[in-house]
Formats: sequence, structure tokens, C-alpha cells
Amino acid sequence: MIELTKDNFEEEVLNAEGTVLVDFWSPSCEPCKALMPRIHELEEKYSDKMKFASLDITKARRVAIGQKVLGLPVITIYKNGERVDSVVGDEATSKSVGELIERHC
Amino acid sequence: MIYDLVIIGSGPAGLSAGLYAARARINTLIIEKDSAGGQIATTDEVANYPGSIENATGPSLVQRMVDQAESFGAKMVSDTIESVDFSDKVKLVKGQKEEYKAKSVVIATGAVPRPIGCPGEKELVGRGVSYCATCDGAFFEDLEVFVMGGGDTAVEEAMYLTKFAKKVTIIHRRDELRAAKSIQEKAFKNDKIEFIWDSAITELKGDGLLESIKIKNLKTGEEREIFADEDDGTFGVFPFIGYLPATKLFDGIIDIEGGYIKTDEDMKTNVEGVFAAGDVRVKSLRQVVTATADGAIAAIQAEKYIEDNFN
Repeated sequence: MIELTKDNFEEEVLNAEGTVLVDFWSPSCEPCKALMPRIHELEEKYSDKMKFASLDITKARRVAIGQKVLGLPVITIYKNGERVDSVVGDEATSKSVGELIERHC
Repeated sequence: MIYDLVIIGSGPAGLSAGLYAARARINTLIIEKDSAGGQIATTDEVANYPGSIENATGPSLVQRMVDQAESFGAKMVSDTIESVDFSDKVKLVKGQKEEYKAKSVVIATGAVPRPIGCPGEKELVGRGVSYCATCDGAFFEDLEVFVMGGGDTAVEEAMYLTKFAKKVTIIHRRDELRAAKSIQEKAFKNDKIEFIWDSAITELKGDGLLESIKIKNLKTGEEREIFADEDDGTFGVFPFIGYLPATKLFDGIIDIEGGYIKTDEDMKTNVEGVFAAGDVRVKSLRQVVTATADGAIAAIQAEKYIEDNFN
């Protein structure tokens, strides 16, 4: 999983070709932290289909807000730098994230 | 394999049931959805659980409950339950990953925050509308925040949000708060908190991010729109207006009243060997302390039921 920062977000996500999954999270977001190991499991399974990355919003709040993310957890799919799909909040479960990934393989 | 007891849910009620059951040496499985803890895991401060240490947070309290239950032999698995079949003596609990068989079941699925139910709300979740202050508070550093509700949770979360927000406005449908007096006192002293009384949010608007809210005065019927500060471009809305019990799985299978599971004082539902504990059941006070008490009673009753019916 690539650790995103405000310095590399543009390069790794917005200017990246292909599909990128971004896991927006923060250390005080318990649902985000609970979901994280499941996303690592999914990464093992789908790492040849897309790039997996995570952004700690407490270190890059403006980047997140710039991406219209103002609440966690948010798991988003980018295709060639465009935000195309996401699961948000209560709906973000290991099941729904699996389905999200399947939709964009 | 047939478990003596399967507990659905891993909030305080489920973990307490797990602790008591494991200590009674009955073979116990606790099924958690994605994470342990339930609502309390997203609560910043737990000040009213007797004996909770100073500065106890929801996650730390839950972690201690998990450790304690596991130390006595309760097993925990992560799975999402999709259906249940309670028609036979051995109960079936069907998860996404596995099917579990049990002599008895404790339902401790809890409740989730109740949405406002107004136009625009669903579309703006994660874009300015949030039901979890600890998750999302940090986004609102120097922004404005509106909290809807007047109970303990609403007022406590509003105070938590003042750590980040430049101003927090509590919108409440009555002209006085319902929160405990000690909480109210703190809130009235906090100069970052303002109040809009007798009002409710009727619409949320925004293109991509939340930009404005419509508020209706319930006494006069007057409606007005509040826009985000132009420099900020957005603000936050946190509804804390009660809960929705997670009982959909049990519709038509056990007795439900107003969405909540009906039990007697021994936590028994109308189905033999099936118990309910915590926020999910009909009761007058939904707190960690009442959830853990329910869990203990349910586990002891489950043990008794197994003894009477399986040995």
C-alpha cells in the first residue's frame, strides 16, 4: 500500500495512469482502522489489477477536502486521475469494498 | 461443530455476554461485523461508566472488554451475518463467510445513528454530513459545524467538535436540552457553542460538498437557508437525533416492537434459547452500563437454558 501525502498525491493518484484505490483514513477513525486489514487482504488479491494507496487525512486535510472528502471512511476508485466510484461511511464494509473493486477490475 | 452460545455483535452487550459465558465455561463465539465495539468505539470520552478510568475513551474501554472476554476463552470472529434460522432446537446463524450452529444465541446487534431523513442528506454523507464526530471532527478545523439534537450524545459531541471547529451551533427541536444537567452546564459555558431552538434541518444542499442547510422553526413555521462562509466554501452537519436498532435480520422471526426486540427481564425473546441484550432491545435507558448488565443476564440465562435443554 502506497502511503500518500500532500506532496505525492498528485503524482500517485491524479496524474497516474490506470486504476488507483485510495483509502482515506485517520488515526482517530475506529471504523477506518478496523477496515484497514481487510483492505490489505484485498490488496494481496487484486494488486495486479489496481494500485492500492492510503491517505491519512490529518496530515493532508486540504488534499482530502480538495477531493470532496469531508467524512470517513471513504474508499475511492480513481481511473486515470478521475474519481469514478466510492463507498462512504457506514456503507464501507469489507463486503462493499470487495464489490467496489470487482466493479473496476 | 455446535457452539453452546453464539453472540451476534461485539459492542459492550455482546462482549459482556461473552465474558460471563466464557467464565461459565460454555463454548462461546462472538461474531463481530468489521470491528469490535459498536457505537462506543467511536465515542471520544466515556465519563459515566462506573469505574472507568480518567480520560477513558470508547476504543480503550472496548479493547479492555475484548481482552477480558478473550482471556477467559471467548472466541471472536469477523463476519457479516446475512440470515438466521431459529426454527430448530439447534440454531443457524448464516454469515457471509461461514454458517454457525448454536444451542443458544444472544442478539447484541445494537443500533446505528438515525438519519434526519431530509432531502440531500444521503448524497452528502462523507461530504459534510457525518454521524461520527471522532471520525470526522478533524476535517472541520476552523470551519463551522451544526449539530442536530438535544440529548446527551448531541451535546457531548458538540463539545468535542469545538476542539476543531471555529463555531458549533446546536439545532434542537425544543426550547430546552434533554441532556444531563452536568453536560448542559458545560455546554452553556463553552463560548464556541451557540443554539438555535425550536428548529429542525429540513434540507441539505451542495454540489460535491455541503454548502447550505435549510432550517425550519417548528413553532412559527418560518424557513430559512444558512450558507457556508464564502471563504470556507463548506461546513459540517452532525445529526445526533437517536438511533435505529439493527433488527432487520430478525423481522418476522422474533417479536419486535417499534423496531426493537422485545424481551422479558431475563433477556429472553419469544423464541426459546434466543436472547437479546443492549441497545437492540426495548428498554428505557441505552447506555454502556445497561448494555453490559443485559449481556451478563443474557449469558447466565443462556447457560441455564443449555443445561435444562441439552444435557
